[in-house]
This record gives sequence, structure tokens and C-alpha cells, in this order.
Amino acid sequence: MQTAQTLEQYKAELRDSLDNEFLRKTLDTFAVAYRTGRENAFKGIDLPALIAEIAAAKDDSVARLDELYAEFKKNAEAIGIHVHLAKTALEANEIIARIAEENHCKTIVKSKSMTAEETLLNHHLEDKGLHVTETDLGEWIIQLRHEGPSHMVMPAIHLSRYQVADLFSQVTKKEQDSDIQKLVKVARRELRVKYAEADMGISGGNFAIADSATIGLVTNEGNARLVTTLPRVHVALMGLDKLTPTLHDALRVLRALPRNATGQQITSYATWITGPNECGACEDNKKVMHVVFLDNGRRALARDPEFKQVLRCVRCGACANVCPVYRMVGGHKYGHIYIGAIGLILTYFFHGREKAKYLVQNCINCQSCKAICPAGIDLPRLIKEIHARIQNEEGHPMQGQLLGMMMKNRKLFHGLLRAANWAQRPFVGKGETGGRFIRHLPMVFAKDQDFRALPAVAETPFRDLWEKGLKQEINPKPGQHPSMKVALFSGCVHDFVYPEQFVAAAKSMAGKNAQIDYPMQQNCCGLPLQMMGEMGAARDVALQNLLAMDPAEYDYIVTSCASCASHLKHNYPKLLEERPDLAFKATQFAEKVIDFSSFVHDVLKVAPKAGPGKKVTYHAPCHLCRGLDVREAPRALIGASGNEYVPCAEEEVCCGFGGTYGMKFAEISNTLLQKKLDNIVASGASVIVTDCPGCVMQIRGGMEKRQGPKVEVKHIAELLG
Amino acid sequence: MTKQEMVDLFRQKAELVSAKVIPIASMKDAYAYTIDACVNKEACQLLISGCGEAISDTAGALCEQKPAPRIVAAPQLKDKELKAFTKEAEERGIQVLTKGMRQHLAGIDVAFTTCDFGIAETGSIVIDSASEEVRLATMIAEVHVAVLRVKDLVHMAYDIEQQLDARMKKAPSYMAFITGASRTADIERVLAIGVHGPLELHILLLED
Ligand code: SF4
Ligand code: SF4
Repeated sequence: MQTAQTLEQYKAELRDSLDNEFLRKTLDTFAVAYRTGRENAFKGIDLPALIAEIAAAKDDSVARLDELYAEFKKNAEAIGIHVHLAKTALEANEIIARIAEENHCKTIVKSKSMTAEETLLNHHLEDKGLHVTETDLGEWIIQLRHEGPSHMVMPAIHLSRYQVADLFSQVTKKEQDSDIQKLVKVARRELRVKYAEADMGISGGNFAIADSATIGLVTNEGNARLVTTLPRVHVALMGLDKLTPTLHDALRVLRALPRNATGQQITSYATWITGPNECGACEDNKKVMHVVFLDNGRRALARDPEFKQVLRCVRCGACANVCPVYRMVGGHKYGHIYIGAIGLILTYFFHGREKAKYLVQNCINCQSCKAICPAGIDLPRLIKEIHARIQNEEGHPMQGQLLGMMMKNRKLFHGLLRAANWAQRPFVGKGETGGRFIRHLPMVFAKDQDFRALPAVAETPFRDLWEKGLKQEINPKPGQHPSMKVALFSGCVHDFVYPEQFVAAAKSMAGKNAQIDYPMQQNCCGLPLQMMGEMGAARDVALQNLLAMDPAEYDYIVTSCASCASHLKHNYPKLLEERPDLAFKATQFAEKVIDFSSFVHDVLKVAPKAGPGKKVTYHAPCHLCRGLDVREAPRALIGASGNEYVPCAEEEVCCGFGGTYGMKFAEISNTLLQKKLDNIVASGASVIVTDCPGCVMQIRGGMEKRQGPKVEVKHIAELLG
Repeated sequence: MTKQEMVDLFRQKAELVSAKVIPIASMKDAYAYTIDACVNKEACQLLISGCGEAISDTAGALCEQKPAPRIVAAPQLKDKELKAFTKEAEERGIQVLTKGMRQHLAGIDVAFTTCDFGIAETGSIVIDSASEEVRLATMIAEVHVAVLRVKDLVHMAYDIEQQLDARMKKAPSYMAFITGASRTADIERVLAIGVHGPLELHILLLED
């Protein structure tokens, strides 16, 4: 749960988590094991097609939420289910308390329901004097500890067996062994009594099938079966977003949900309940059954063109499983009640801006969540949108506004970068792992930035080198008929910090009869602005770039910065979609954008050369492997450069750069970086290459400061050019 | 997919979640298997299901409700079949129950049921559980023995969608997909079997 009042407080809480060794170890093991488990589970299934089907079907349901509710209600009432619609969390809790009162219920058993967590149902019922027992093992454990879940599927993942043993010792008043198998059996017996005593069972629901008024429940423990069977009264509490037209829709989601959640083909139990079934505890042998649907902002969300896709979520929890930040800090610091990427978003809608405002800043934009979501939700973009919304509501911080103002004015921005070159001169020195660094950080940088060396701004930016002869050097001679026309997009870092990398990139394209332009009016791609929630400024620079290079004139727009590439390709059309005069151009522009490795390998098809034969490993930039789904080209290029590619553990895990993220959340950035460096060194390579100058900056900066063995850090273009 | 491929896939997937899959030739075999399973099982497996643990006094009191002899619950059996089964069971000192599961929440040894369908792709069995006795028996038993006719085996859940849908539209209905034993990984992600329901699932595949 989020209680931090300031960003500093939130950061202090994060520090606690980073220091929690048990948590770190557990989440590390989990992150690695999860990937393999999931991959195996989906073998033989056309996953992209399944995701597309789920997304389309969910979108269709979300558009007909009211209609589906009416259909469910009609069918449900015809078979004796009482149906309620609660506008708010409080209303849902009150309805359920009233059902308990009307049916003279005193004790309640519950199976897992994130919706009940959302409404803080247990607190409400306990305040009314009711005894509530969670029966899902993890939920029971956290209930006994008076905590919220730290994962949507494994709510007690933050706790060790010793903590559970201590807790169970208190509950049973008997000394407990820390053997997990024994602890589970203790829970079995303790909870069995609770079912036997309970008057009411409360469950959640994974599906509410409208055309038959069936509730679908997916569990591994089977507790939901007992909860819905033994007590006299059954109340199912579910979000309106669980409404689905037919059984087919539910079965479709069921193909993805367990596989994506835990790598299981299916959970141990999938239970389909239609109407009040036989119940020996009732006088007429018929269960009293209520279904409470919760709105709590869902109907409004369904009408929000930007955010309605959030309601596609099937609560598999995977967006936390793969999130590098979640892995560092755990669920209590990465969500309020809902956890992970979706949690950051839902917190804003269900629990408000105050709870969400620091959380949404803590996303490094690595795209892992988007790549894993079975409902195809564009989580990272929505997180940034919320960040922007909150800033629009509360006012933009000075830093972002300044950055926006500066970047919108290209001449001013570039002038400042040139000036920086002069200002830094006394501090610049050559590094051991490649490149020039600023030796003593100027005071404007906080001490927590000390984990990585900061690169110096280059003496001569790329744009000047281009004009001074590079242009002639690499272009076909006049009179030749070029076979294609290419625009280079450098991005700020290649232009002003590592021009030599972009020179290498440009040179590796020479001799292929391609006409190569470097449009001088190009500006920053705008991603740093979007990362800071400065959507207005991000839109402005996008526009400038669109005007700087007319996509109709080029066959390809090539960039050797993975972050720029993915931003230009995916976000430009979004940013400019409300400009009917430009929407087409933005799409055309996006279509022409290609990353350096793919261009050189797949389009130019550079010939392999005999080379130095070094062992070279690779870091896959988030925005390349997931952002653009480019995986083979760079690794093949390493081979083509005459070197040997050696794999590195967790190549596709974020290096912790994240642009401005690393400034704000330095400790998380550093922890990610150290892990990356360890993996690189362990690979046995003498060089590490990557496709993004941002990653070079981070990895090279960290390598420079690293104690112990070091590996040379390069942009992949430098192997070729 | 041929029937044999389906059977193989079903077995592979069911065994992956530690269910046992045993081919049988007749219902008679099924009865014999069930009775053997009950006899051969530790008289009170409760040692592993929690009675031997340091549980609280209230939870312990529930254990004492458990009557002495071994029990097989066979809530779906009727008439002649039930008679035959009971006779065999009683000869081996086993009590057969068809109802009153609520009086046995501390646990019974074996639940014997048939299945409505099997789903090969996930190794799941599908049991119509509208009867409370069936629902409870398959939860409180330590071992669940279920007969699945090969003819009721399908490849994917989609293949029985219409049949399921038809039952759902004749409420009340309570359909259960069961795949392996009851499990949890809620403590340190370590797999533990039998957190609430059966510790073992034995599926008897009855050839057509
Ligand atoms: S983009 Fe990366 S850091 Fe951000 S929420 Fe998704 S997985 Fe986490
Ligand atoms: S947003 Fe996607 S990945 Fe995250 S819980 Fe929901 S369905 Fe799963």
C-alpha cells in the first residue's frame, strides 16, 4: 500500500526493499524461472494470434458493458441469483454487509478476490463485527499479518518460511517447524474448521458469463470450491470488467491465463457455477446466491478512448513477473493494491492520484510488461500517459517544463550542448572502457549519480562532421543512380556525445549505392520529454522532426539509437493522431523508420568480413528486442564483423538506463546496472556491444567505475564501421 | 488427432501434474482398483494431511470426528452397482458412503467418481458437480479416483463447449475442471500438494 507523502519518502521506502536480501533473492529466482515456465507452457500455441483474439473480444465486451450487465442480471434473476451493482467500493462493502445481516451470518470464509482487496472488504466486514477468514493460503497469511498482497497471484511471495512458521506458531499456539510441506498441512487443518463453521462464503470471479449467468473461478488450491459449497450463502464479488458474453470467451482467456500467470497449462481447478446449487446447510437445500458487480470507475474507464484497454486485463500478474523494477522492490512498493504495471495504472483510477503519483514515475519504460501481457495492453505508454495526466492536474515540475522549453527550441538546445563542451573541458579524461568521461561530476549532480561515470560532450558534433566531409565520403559519386534514398536520424546522444559511433554507422552504409542524407533540422526524438510526462513538448518536437524529413522522399529513416527508433515508430503516430493534417505523415514516417542493425543486416546485407576474432557479447536494448522485436540481426552482425558472438545471461533484461529515470531513481538504476555488469563479465567476452547509445552510456559508465575485471563497451556500429 | 494420440497427450499432461493415469477394462476393475487403493493407503494418511501436525486445539477437535474404519465415498453410485461395490468394500473392512459428506469434513480416505469428459490438451477431467455430495467428496477425500471413458476424451476445452453450455443453461449447474491434486506455491514458491483438497488424483481410463 502507498502511504508516502513525498517522492523522497517513496524513495526511502524503495531503499528498504533494495536492502531486503530475502526479497531480492526470491524475486530474482522467480523472474528467471518464470520466463522458462511460461515459454514451455505456450509451446504449440500461436500466442500472438491468441493475444489478438483476447484483445479483440475484450474490447468488444468493454464496449457493451452495460448491455452485458443487463443480460447477466436478467438471466441470473431468472434462475434465482440476486444481482447487485455497486457504484463505489464502499457501496459494494455495504451491500455485502447487508446480505450478511439479512441472512444472519456471523462467520465468513473467503476465497481470493482482488476486487475485495480493492474495496478493502475485510476491514468493512470486521468493523461490522463479522469474522472473516481468507482461505487461499497466501491470502490467509497476509490477512494474519494485516498486510496487503505483494503480488496479484502470489500474495505472500515477500515472506519466508520462517516468517510463516512464526505466524502459524502464534495462531495455533504450538511451536511450528519451518518445513513448508508441514506448514501447508497445518493451514489445511486450521482452515478446514473455518469452512465447517462459516455461514457465508465470499468468492471473487474470473468470469461472469452473461448468456448463462455463470460464474467462472480459477484456483489451484480448490478453496473456492469449499467456499462456494459449505456455507449457506454465497456472494461473488467481481468487477464489471469480468463480464463476458459467452462461455467461449471465457475458455479463450482460460487458455492464456494460467499459462501466463504461473506457466501452468491450466490451474488445478476451474469451476463454473450457474445459479443456486444444492446446499445441505440450507433448509430448502438450496444455496442463497448473490453476485455483486463493482463499478468503481470501470464504466467511466470503458468510455475513455485512451484507457479503456486497461479493462482487458485478466489479472494474470505477469506484468509484475517480468518488470525489472518490481523485481528490485517487490509488490508493496510497486502498486497500492493492484501490483505491477497494471497496478500503477489501476491505482490512479481506483485509488486516486495521491496514491499513484510517485508510483507512475517509477517505470523505466523497458517494455517488458507490454511484451508479456496476454491481453495486449500497451502498459508502458499508459503509465506515461497517467504521469502526464497527473502533471496536467497538479502542475508540471520546473525541471520538466524547462527541459520541454529548451528542447522545443532546437537552436537553443544545440547551442547549450555546444557550450557544455567548452564548460566541461577542464574535467574531461579518457576512460579505460572506451570513450571520454567527465572526471569530476559538477555539483549540479547529486551524489547518488556516482555509480556511473558521465560521458563528456563531444568536441565536434556529428552534424558538423557530416558537413565537413563525411557526407561526400559515404555518398555515391554524382552521376551514379542510387538504388535507395536514406535519411539518417542520429538522436541527441549520437549527435553530441558519441558522434564517432554514428560516423561508424554511416560509414558502414557506404559503397552500397544508397543516397544518404542527414537532414539538419532534426531535433531530439522527444522520448525524454514523454518519459517526464511532458506530452505537449514531446508532440512539438515530433512535429519538428516530421517537417525536417519528409518521409515521402525516403525509402528508409535509419537510426542507430534503439530508443529513438521505437519512439519514432510507435509513439509518433499516437502523438500526432489528433492532427488530421499530419496523422498520415506520422504513420508514413513511422513505417520508414528502421534500426541500424536491421538496416545493415537485412536491407544492405553487408558482406561478412574476416576480423579480429574477438569474443563479443551483446546487450539487447529494451526498445530494440521488445520495442521493435529485433533479435537476430544484431547477433548476426557480430558474426559478420569477424568476431565471435558469446551469449550473456539475461541479455534482454534492462541495463537500468531509462534516460531521466536513472537520475530520479538512481539506486534502482544502479542495482540493475550492477547485475548487468556482472553478467557481462561472466560471459567471458572481451567486448560488449549494444544497439543504443543510451545503453552504451549506462554500461560504459558503470564499467568505468566497476571494481575488478572490465570489458570494453561499444556500439555495434563500431564493430563494422 | 486420433483417439490414441489424444490418450497419449492426456496421459502426458495429467502425469505432468502428478496425476496417475491407469488403463482399465471394465467398471469392475475400477471398483477393485478403488478398494485396493483404499486398503493400501496408510490407514490414516492424515499424518501428511495435517492431523499429525501441531495444529490448534479447535482444529484438532475436527479430527476426532473422523470415525475409525476407512471410508470410500461413492456419491454417484446407485442401486445394483452400489450394492455390488458396497459388498466388495465391506468385505475388505471399508465403509461406503453415498451421502452425508458434511459430517465428514475432517476427511475421508477415497472418493470414487466418474467423469463427464476429459480434456487431453491440459490433462483435465470434467465432472458435473451439481450434487453437493459429489462436490464435497472430491474435495475432502485424500485420494480421488475418477473413471474416465476414453470415448469422453476430447482434445481441447472448446470441443465440449456446446455440451457445457447446454448444462449451464439448465441451471442450477456446477461444473468442475480438475487437473491434478490441490496445490499451492504460496510459501516461497515451493510446490505443496493437498492444501485444501485431495493429495492424489488417480484417473482410470476405461477403454470403449
Ligand atoms: S515498462 Fe518495464 S519498468 Fe515499466 S512497468 Fe513495464 S516492465 Fe516495469
Ligand atoms: S495487465 Fe496484462 S499482464 Fe498485467 S495482469 Fe493484466 S492481463 Fe496480466
